[in-house]
Amino acid sequence: MATVELSFTPLPAHVRTARLVATAVARRSGVDESLLDEVRLAVGEACSRAVEEHQLHCPAEPVRLALSDMADRFEVEVTDNCARDSAKLAGVGLESTAGMAGAAGMQAGLGFAVIAGLADNVEISETAEGTCIRMSWPSAGAVR
Amino acid sequence: MDLKLDHHSKDGIEIVDVEGEIDVYTAPRLRELLIELVNSRFYQLVVNMEKVEFLDSTGLGVLVGGLKRVRAHDGSLDLVCTQERILKIFRITGLTKVFGIHDTVDEAIAARRSEK
Repeated sequence: MATVELSFTPLPAHVRTARLVATAVARRSGVDESLLDEVRLAVGEACSRAVEEHQLHCPAEPVRLALSDMADRFEVEVTDNCARDSAKLAGVGLESTAGMAGAAGMQAGLGFAVIAGLADNVEISETAEGTCIRMSWPSAGAVR
Repeated sequence: MDLKLDHHSKDGIEIVDVEGEIDVYTAPRLRELLIELVNSRFYQLVVNMEKVEFLDSTGLGVLVGGLKRVRAHDGSLDLVCTQERILKIFRITGLTKVFGIHDTVDEAIAARRSEK
């Protein structure tokens, strides 16, 4: 079970809240101060992508964020409920997002480039609900 | 912190001062300002990001969009930024090769003048 779970209506204003919560939990989980900016930015990117997908395909469904304090890792999962997007994302992958057409493609490409460049470990998978971006960083153990 | 935007002319170049967070929520306001400036025939722009606390890919997209608009009029869009946390995002995305990034507004203006 995640240490902290958050679900929010897919509005851009709530992405900032998600960033703040993720940063606070990361700090409490023992993530080094020098990595907190990276956590904040990567979580913001993943949530922004999810919000945009929800607004296009399922605006009534919430975006889900799970923050887990593992033994020596801090793990973040951002899950959308847009199964419609999953096939597209799976076909695109992290390395080939630059090939997506138009402004939306450029935006998605930049977002994935930032996530890939910042997170220590990134996995993108499809779940029954939609697409899940899982990222993690090393932590020194939680402050309990 | 929310986003604060201001702009003024200096040596014939329009300086856009940005303060706060540029993200998916606030970036549309910066986009609107850049479009407004281009529509007002300001094609030489310097975006001063020294007081920007947060920048994400939405903000990067807005800056790239602004650059595209001014270049359509043979203009320029340079950036002023010395903050490592912001510069890192430009490096990760390869955009350091796209934008002129300077330490001060005066340096940005001087660099633009020397290219004319």
